Amino acid sequence: MGEFKVHRVRFFDYMPSAIRTMAFNSQTERLAVARADGAVEIFNFNDNFFQEKVIPGQDGRATEALCWVGHRLFSAGLNGEITEYDLENLRPQYTVDAYGGPIWTISSNSQGTQLAVGCEDGTVKIFAILEERIQFQRNLNRHKGRIISLCWHPSSAQIAAGMTDMIKIFDAETGHATRRLLVDRAMGASKNKEVVVWSVGYLSDHTIISGDSAGKVQIWNGLTGTLVRTYLVTKWDVLSLVINASQDESSVIAGTSEGTVIQFQFISSTVDQHDKEWVRTRTFRNHSHDVSALAHTDTAVVSGGMDTQLVVRPLLDKVEKNTQESALRKIAFPHRSLVGCAKKAGLLLFQFPDRLELWKLGESEGHVCLMYPYFVCRFLQGEDHICCSALSACGGWLAYSTVSSVRLYRIQYNNTISINKVSKLPKELRSVHQLCFSSDSSKLFASSCQSSVIVVAVSQQECRYLHTLKHKTGEWKARMHLLCASDDGKWLATANTDCEIHIYNLHKMKLHCMVPVYNSCPTTIAIHPVTNNLISVHADQQIFEFSLVQKEYTQWSRRLQAQGLLSLWLERDTPITHITFNPKNPDHIILHDTYMFCIIDQSLPFPELNAVLWNQMTLKSLPVSQRIGQSHAFKICKSFQHLMCVSLLEDLSLVVVERPLLDIMSQLPAPVRQKKFAT
Amino acid sequence: MAALYEGYTLCGLVPDQNLSSSGIQGIEEERDRDHVVVTDSTRSVTLYKVSDQKPLGSWTVKQGQKLTCPAVFNSQTNEYVAVTDNKVIRIWKEDDILLDKAFKATVSSDVWKVHCTHGGEPVVLFQRGAVRLLDSLLAAPQQPIEEVLAQEEAIRWSTIIVAETQQFIIITTEQKGEHFLYLQRLNPNSVQRYRLEREEPGLSPLSFSATYRDKHICLLYLYPNGHVYQSVLSVRGLGTEEGVQALPLPRSLLLGLPVGDGQLEAASAMALDEAHVAVVGVPHPSAGGGKDFLCIWNTNFQTLQAGKEMAGKIYGQLWSYSNKVFIPHGKTLSIIPFECPKSSLASALGKLKHTKTEESKTPNSVPSWNNILHGEKAQPSKSAETRRTRTTRKSQSTTNLTTDQVLELIKTAPVEEIQKEVEGFLTRAEFQDLQPSVGQLALTLVSRSLADPAFYSSSTLAQLVHTRCLCHSVCPDLVLLALEKKDYFLCQLCLQFFPDIPEAVTCACLKAFISIPDVDAEKVSLEPDSVKFMENLITRDRAEAGLQNGFSPTSSVVNDRQTRAEDVKKKASAPSQLSCPVGLHKAVLINEILQTPYSDTFLLPHLKDLSSQHVMLFLQYLQFLYLKYSQDAFPQMEGFRSPSLSQIMDWVCLLLDAHFTVLVMTPEAKGLLLNLHRFVKSQVRLVSELGKIEGSLQELRKMKAKESIGQYSIEIIELF
Repeated sequence: MGEFKVHRVRFFDYMPSAIRTMAFNSQTERLAVARADGAVEIFNFNDNFFQEKVIPGQDGRATEALCWVGHRLFSAGLNGEITEYDLENLRPQYTVDAYGGPIWTISSNSQGTQLAVGCEDGTVKIFAILEERIQFQRNLNRHKGRIISLCWHPSSAQIAAGMTDMIKIFDAETGHATRRLLVDRAMGASKNKEVVVWSVGYLSDHTIISGDSAGKVQIWNGLTGTLVRTYLVTKWDVLSLVINASQDESSVIAGTSEGTVIQFQFISSTVDQHDKEWVRTRTFRNHSHDVSALAHTDTAVVSGGMDTQLVVRPLLDKVEKNTQESALRKIAFPHRSLVGCAKKAGLLLFQFPDRLELWKLGESEGHVCLMYPYFVCRFLQGEDHICCSALSACGGWLAYSTVSSVRLYRIQYNNTISINKVSKLPKELRSVHQLCFSSDSSKLFASSCQSSVIVVAVSQQECRYLHTLKHKTGEWKARMHLLCASDDGKWLATANTDCEIHIYNLHKMKLHCMVPVYNSCPTTIAIHPVTNNLISVHADQQIFEFSLVQKEYTQWSRRLQAQGLLSLWLERDTPITHITFNPKNPDHIILHDTYMFCIIDQSLPFPELNAVLWNQMTLKSLPVSQRIGQSHAFKICKSFQHLMCVSLLEDLSLVVVERPLLDIMSQLPAPVRQKKFAT
Repeated sequence: MAALYEGYTLCGLVPDQNLSSSGIQGIEEERDRDHVVVTDSTRSVTLYKVSDQKPLGSWTVKQGQKLTCPAVFNSQTNEYVAVTDNKVIRIWKEDDILLDKAFKATVSSDVWKVHCTHGGEPVVLFQRGAVRLLDSLLAAPQQPIEEVLAQEEAIRWSTIIVAETQQFIIITTEQKGEHFLYLQRLNPNSVQRYRLEREEPGLSPLSFSATYRDKHICLLYLYPNGHVYQSVLSVRGLGTEEGVQALPLPRSLLLGLPVGDGQLEAASAMALDEAHVAVVGVPHPSAGGGKDFLCIWNTNFQTLQAGKEMAGKIYGQLWSYSNKVFIPHGKTLSIIPFECPKSSLASALGKLKHTKTEESKTPNSVPSWNNILHGEKAQPSKSAETRRTRTTRKSQSTTNLTTDQVLELIKTAPVEEIQKEVEGFLTRAEFQDLQPSVGQLALTLVSRSLADPAFYSSSTLAQLVHTRCLCHSVCPDLVLLALEKKDYFLCQLCLQFFPDIPEAVTCACLKAFISIPDVDAEKVSLEPDSVKFMENLITRDRAEAGLQNGFSPTSSVVNDRQTRAEDVKKKASAPSQLSCPVGLHKAVLINEILQTPYSDTFLLPHLKDLSSQHVMLFLQYLQFLYLKYSQDAFPQMEGFRSPSLSQIMDWVCLLLDAHFTVLVMTPEAKGLLLNLHRFVKSQVRLVSELGKIEGSLQELRKMKAKESIGQYSIEIIELF
C-alpha cells in the first residue's frame, strides 16, 4: 500500500462541555443531554447511540433540567426561563419566563398535560402544555427556601418537591402541602450545614426516594411520611437519582460526586420470600467527577457529568452477555466533524462552540519539520454558539453559521493575510444547519429550514443567491445534517436525519434521484471524485456505494452487502465521521472514527468472515511476496487515537488531528477528594 | 580474534635485478571470488584459479611493447581491458589467444589506469587526472582529454569505490611535496579536491587503502614513520562546488605502528574491515627489527591480532580479495587466508573477572582492565588490614631502613629478621611508592627461596601479598614456590589477590589442591572468612536434614516437578549425595580456584591433565555446590567470598568438555553425568524463561519511548 507522511496535529484543544442534565424518552428511545454551555444533544438509542441532533448553546443559557413531553423537549435553567426546542430546525422554539427566579427543576405529569417547575423563590409553578406553547396555570403553596427537585406521582395527583432540609408533598389539585419529610443533616462537623435534597423520586406505591447532599439515599413512605431506610452511599453529595419509571419501578440509580453510580433494586432480600425491600445492589464507577445526570433505560444505565463523557452501561441481567449490546460505551466526542480541512491550501479550521481557529499546517521534508504550523486567525462569535462551519478547498473562503445568522469571510494570503467579511449576504442565508463549498470554491451550499438547500454563488465582487433546491415542495421534512458536493461540480448530495439521501443535479438545479432509504442514519457521505459514486456510511457502520449515473448501488456495494462486514467492524462504537479519497489512486477510500482510520482499497477482496480485520501487524511480518495473498480491502491503522479528523492533502500527506482524552482530563477541575489508602 | 591461516603459493615471481619491485603490477578479481587476473610489470597477463593455484590462461604482448596498467576484467561483457605503452587500450576475451589480434584503440593522452568494479563499466583514468567511461572513450578514441591536475602534480595512487549505486574514483596526487586527494564522482561527474595534512616534512604516504562503509568512504594511509591515519569522506553533499578549492581533509591517527630503527620503506596497510588492518613490511613488535611480517592489527584496541613472517623480501604490495591476502614476497606470490571475527575485549584478553560486590569494595591497586575500561579512578588507598598493621606494629620497627637496605638484608639475613624489617618497612612506606618496592621485595624473597631450599618465609610473603600491590606478572614464581612448599595459605591469598594468574598455574594449583589428603588439608590454616562460609554451607545442610523431620523441601533437587517422583526414590541415597565429597579446607581451597578469572581456551588444555579420579571428585564437589546453591534460593552470605552459581556451572561445563569421553567410559560417573544433565536442562529452561522476560521487558521499554509526542509532529507510517 505504501508510506504516508502524516501531520500529527494535537493542538486542537477542543474541550467538551460538562454534562449538566439528561432526559430519556422511552417511547422514541431518544436521549436528550444538556451541557453546561447550553447545548442540547439528542442521541438515538435505536440507532447505535448516534448523536443525530445538536442544538447549539448560548452564553448565559444554563440549562438545569430537561423534560420530554411526548416528542416535545422542554428545558429550564437558571435564567428563569422555560424553553421548548424546535427539534427539526434545531433551535429554541420559544421561551417563557416563569417569573420565579432561577429554575432548578422541571417535571411533567404522566399524562403530559402539565409541567411543574421548581423555582428559586420557593414556588412550584404549574404550566399547562398546549399545542405549540405552554401556559401558566397556577402556583402551588409557596414555602420558604428554593425548590431543588420535583417529581410527580404517576397518578398526577401529588408532587414531591425536594428542598433544603426537607421534602414536601403537595396535592396537585389543591396546591397544599400534605406531608413534610425532614431530612437529617450530615453527621459530625457539618451538622450545621443545611442538607439539600438534590433529587427526588415518587413511585406509584407512594414510596419516595431521595438523594441529598449529605450522601444519603433515603426511602420514605409517602403515605405516612415516615423514613423507611437510609443508605449512606458517599461522603459527598448524591447529585442525581432516577427511577426506571417506564418499567416496573423496581430499580433506582443514584449518581454521586465521587463519580460512582449506585443501583438500588426492589427485591426480596432472601430467595423465596415475598416481602420485597429496597436493596443496594450494584456500583458502577465509570466517571472521575460528579455524576450530575442520569438516565435509566430498560437495559442500561446512562450517566454523564463533569468529566464530559456520556457513559452507557448495560445492565447485564437485561441484555445478552458477550454481545455488542452488553458492551460499555463511552461517548466522548461529537458524532460530527469539528475540523475543516482545506486540502489545497493545507489549512485546518477548528470549530469551537464560541470561536473558530484557522491554522496553517507545517511543511517538512521526510521527518524533518521545515516550518511549524502557525496560527492564522481566530473568529470570535458572540452570544450564540456556532452550529456549523465550512472552509473552501482553496482556503480562500470561510463560512459559519449560528442559529440565527451566517457569516462569510474572504481570506487572502498575499504576504500578509487579509480577512474581509462579506457584508451583504442574500437574505435567504439566515438560519442554516450545514454549510459546504463547491470544490472550485465558486458556490456555497447551505442546508436551510424546510429541508431545502440554498445555493449561493460567491466571488470576489459579490455574493449572489442562485437557487433553492427542494425535493418536494410544500412537504415539511427533517433537516439536512450532511451536505456534500462532487468534485466536478455537477452533483450535490444531502442527507437528513430521517435517513434519506437526496442527489441534486447542479447543472439542472433539480433533484436527480434519491438513494433507497436505509434504516440507519448516515453519519457521513462523500462523492467519489473520479467515479462519481456516492459513499455513505451509516450509524450501524454499514458502508454503501451508490452510482449517481446509474442510480443504483454499485457492484462493489452489492458484493460488500452480500458478503457482509466483519463483526469487529460492526461492533466499533464510534461512527465514521469523515470520508476522503486518494486523488492518486481512485480505489482508495479513507475514512475514520475516533479510534482508527481505515483505507478501503476497492481493488482488493473483502476479508473473509473468519479473517483478521486488523491485519497490519501480520502483513508487516510477512515477506512482500506473501502479503498480496493475505491482504484485504480494509487497511486499518490504529496508531493514532482519539481522532477528530483524518484528511488527505493534495500532496498526498495525511493530516491527523488528535485530541487525547488525557489532555481533556487534565483540563478538568480537580475531582472531589477521596481518601485512597494512606493519603 | 583475527587469525592468519597457512598460506600457499599462487605463482613464482620474476623480480627485478635489484629486487626493487616484485614484478607484479596488479591483481584484479575476475569473474568470481576464485579467479584473479595477475598482470606482471612487463608483458604478460595471467588468469589464475585461486583454489587450484593453477593458471587458466595467459596473454602476452609483443616484444617491445609494455603493459602499463594492470589488466581488469569487465564482467558485463566478459572482456579483459589493459593498456599498453600508455596509449593503446586493448580489449580481449578469454578465448582470444593472441593479444595482437584483439581489439585495440589508441587514445590521445597517456592513461594512468583502467579501473573496473565487479559488474560495473570500466573507467579509464588518465595521467593528467581526466576520467572517462571506457565505452564513451572508445566511441571517439581521439577525443581531446582535458587536464585536471596542475603542472608538476602527479598521480600516486588511485582506486575505484562503489557507494550504493554510485561509482567513485579516488586519486591521490603529489605536488611539490604536498599531497592531494581527488574524489571523483561518476555519472554525474563531479570532483572534490582535498588536501592531506602534512606529516613530518619529507614523508609521503607509503600506501593507501579505501573502503566504503556506512555511507562514508574511509581512507586509510600509512606513513614511513609507522603512523596509520584514517580519513572519512562523506559521499553525500558532494559536487556542490567544483573542486577548485582544496578542502583540508581531517584525519585521525588510527595506529602508531612500531617501526624499529629507521623508517619504513616498502610497507603497506590495508583495511580488512572496520576494526582490522593488515600491515605488511612493518616489524613485528616482539620479533626484533625484521620487517618481513604480515600482521593484522585491531584498531579498536590497538592490539596485534595475528602475525606471520614472510620469507624473502617484502615489496610493500598487498591485495585482498574475499578473505585472502595476496602478498608478493621474495620470489613467490603467496595467498594467505585470514579471518577477522568481530572482536571484543573479552575475547582478546580472556574471560573478564566476575565483578562482584566485594571486588568493588576492596581497592585493587594492580591495574585491571575493568578499571581502565570503565574509567574507574580506583584511587589506591590502603586496605583496612594494612592500616591496622601499621598502627599496631609501629612500635616494633626499631630502625628505619630504606628499600635498598631491606633488599640487601633479604639476600642474607635469617627469616625472623627479614620478617621484622619487612613489617617495619611496610608500616612506614607510603602507599604510592609501595608498589615498586613490594614487587622488588617479593622478587628477591622468592629468588632466595628458590636458590636456598632451606630458606622460606611464609609470613613475610603473605604480608606482601596482603598489600595487594603484587600481581603474578611481577613475581611469576611466587605461586609455584608456594605450591612447592605446600604453603596453601599463601596459595589461597595469591589466588584471591592476583588478577592475572595464568591458566596453567591455576590448573597446577587445582591439581595440587585436589590431591592433598584430607587429613593434611585440615591442618592448614586458611583464611577464616572462606572457611566460615564453607562451614556454614556444610553444617546448615546437616542441621536441616536433622531438623525438618518428615518434610524435606530439599528433596527436589531441581525445580523440576516431573522428576520429583524419581527424586523421592533416590531419597535413600540423598544424604550421602548431599554430604560434601571433600574435606572442609580442601573445599575452601577449591572454591578459591573457582573464583579465579580464566579464559576457557587456555584453561582447557591444562584441564585435560587431570586424572579421571580427580575429575570425578571435582565434579562431585561441584555438583554438591550446585545442589546447595539451587536448593533453597541459597542466600549468598554477605561479606563472604564465595563462588557464584554461574562460576560453578562454567567449571562443570569446562570439566565435561575436557573429559567427556573418559567420563562416559567410567561406570561410576554415570549417575553423576545424569544428574549434571538434569542441571543443565533446568539451567537451559531458566535461561529461556529469562530470555522471554527480557523480550517482553524490551518491548515495554520501547513502548515507553513512544509516549512523548508534542503538539505537532510529522511522522511516516506504512500501511501494507
